[in-house]
Amino acid sequence: MAVSVNAEAPLPGPPYVYNPELERIEIELLLEGVYRHYGFDFRSYAYASIRRRLWKRVEGEGLRSLSELQARILHDPDAMERLLLDLSVNVTSMFRDPSFYREFRELVVPMLRTYPFVRIWHAGCSTGEEVFSMAILLEEEGLYDRARLYATDINDVVLLRARQGIFPLDRMQEYTDNYIRAGGRRSFSEYYTAKYDGALFSPSLVRNVVFSQHNLATDRSFAEFHVIFCRNVLIYFDKTLQNRVHRLFYDSLVMFGVLALGGKESLKFSQYEPCYEKISQAEKLYRKVL
Amino acid sequence: MRANGVGYDVMVVGTSWGGLDAVRTLLSGLPGTFGMAVTVVQHRHKDSTHILRSLLQERTPMPVREVEDKMPIEHGCVYVAPSDYHTLIEPGHFSLSTEAPVRYSRPSIDVTFLSAADSYGHRAVGVVLTGASVDGTEGLKRISERGGMVVVQDPATAESSLMPAAAAKAVPRARVMPLEEMVRFLAMLPVAGAERDA
Repeated sequence: MAVSVNAEAPLPGPPYVYNPELERIEIELLLEGVYRHYGFDFRSYAYASIRRRLWKRVEGEGLRSLSELQARILHDPDAMERLLLDLSVNVTSMFRDPSFYREFRELVVPMLRTYPFVRIWHAGCSTGEEVFSMAILLEEEGLYDRARLYATDINDVVLLRARQGIFPLDRMQEYTDNYIRAGGRRSFSEYYTAKYDGALFSPSLVRNVVFSQHNLATDRSFAEFHVIFCRNVLIYFDKTLQNRVHRLFYDSLVMFGVLALGGKESLKFSQYEPCYEKISQAEKLYRKVL
Repeated sequence: MRANGVGYDVMVVGTSWGGLDAVRTLLSGLPGTFGMAVTVVQHRHKDSTHILRSLLQERTPMPVREVEDKMPIEHGCVYVAPSDYHTLIEPGHFSLSTEAPVRYSRPSIDVTFLSAADSYGHRAVGVVLTGASVDGTEGLKRISERGGMVVVQDPATAESSLMPAAAAKAVPRARVMPLEEMVRFLAMLPVAGAERDA
């Protein structure tokens, strides 16, 4: 009589033991491979966050280890595309932190009025919610026609989405609420038309926006700006890369130019704090003074 | 200070919106000399302000700070995870993230607990208090697997039993006790050296 074999039985082996040093080796090798093969440099990203996202990709690909993910990523550009989305998409909203936009209207807009032409850089613009918010604000302040907005991100796919200006319809209630609290002066619905389950924003809002791929980790400055927005982007970088990017921003700002960071980001933990003064108590708005 | 390998560096505390009283009770029972870095993750509305920080500061002589990105983790301080971000614990400092909410929550208790387990291993303490969701269970399990200390409020004495009940069920090693007893227990835990605060 044949001995029945349970094919489902797990193979015998040592119990899984977590080895943080080995995990770090796997992550560093993977990121090194991505950099050398594809040119995307994630080697200086904040470790806890990148580890979390890489493991999510391991699961998403149906794999078991970071080393398996490395092989898949290096041999399959589609998998790299998916990883790039995981690593670069951050969930934001239009007029996120309404009080920030109110403060921007009150404190920064009067300064911008003194310039004949205004260049604004949205560094790490992701899917463009913030760019459209700023375009609306500048339009309402009568500044849009003398402004040019440069919206950059490392990821082509999200830039494409940003350019389309279509945002989920089910978030319009929240955005309308934000818009009002941000000091909006019109009816928010004037800016979009509902289409299927999307809200298509008026293309005229991006008539002065230049979308372009730019990598904060490796690329250089490309112009001199009056305002740089980089809100909730640097949080994904480690301290070394943060300092590199702060240098890039410092070099790219005109004297008295304004740097806008996310609500829980601070220059305090960077080397560039002495070069700026705070222009708002409550919001992270800084002016270059040195 | 104790020899390497004995004692804890970080304590992470998770609760949902209704857990303010429980967190305040917990903090008021810890002595001012309590040496761990305590991080409180409480679910709340994305627009809630800094009020939580001051409500907690009223109850403890330890300095209470709202986390900012890359803020150093110092022994003897209490940190509050800000609303509308995930708070991740790295060795020696915090990182924030605006990745999508996890189980409808940002901050997510699991995200903070998982990162505490990965960064501090057996030198982490995870505490799950009253709460109306199952957030925290996965993170507490990881802290337990990494050899950390895991403590859960007795669901029978919690205002909302869902969160502690789920955690206690999923983590057999968890010590389950009423709040007052838990506070006395935590106050007695040994604290590791400060050498990791680079």
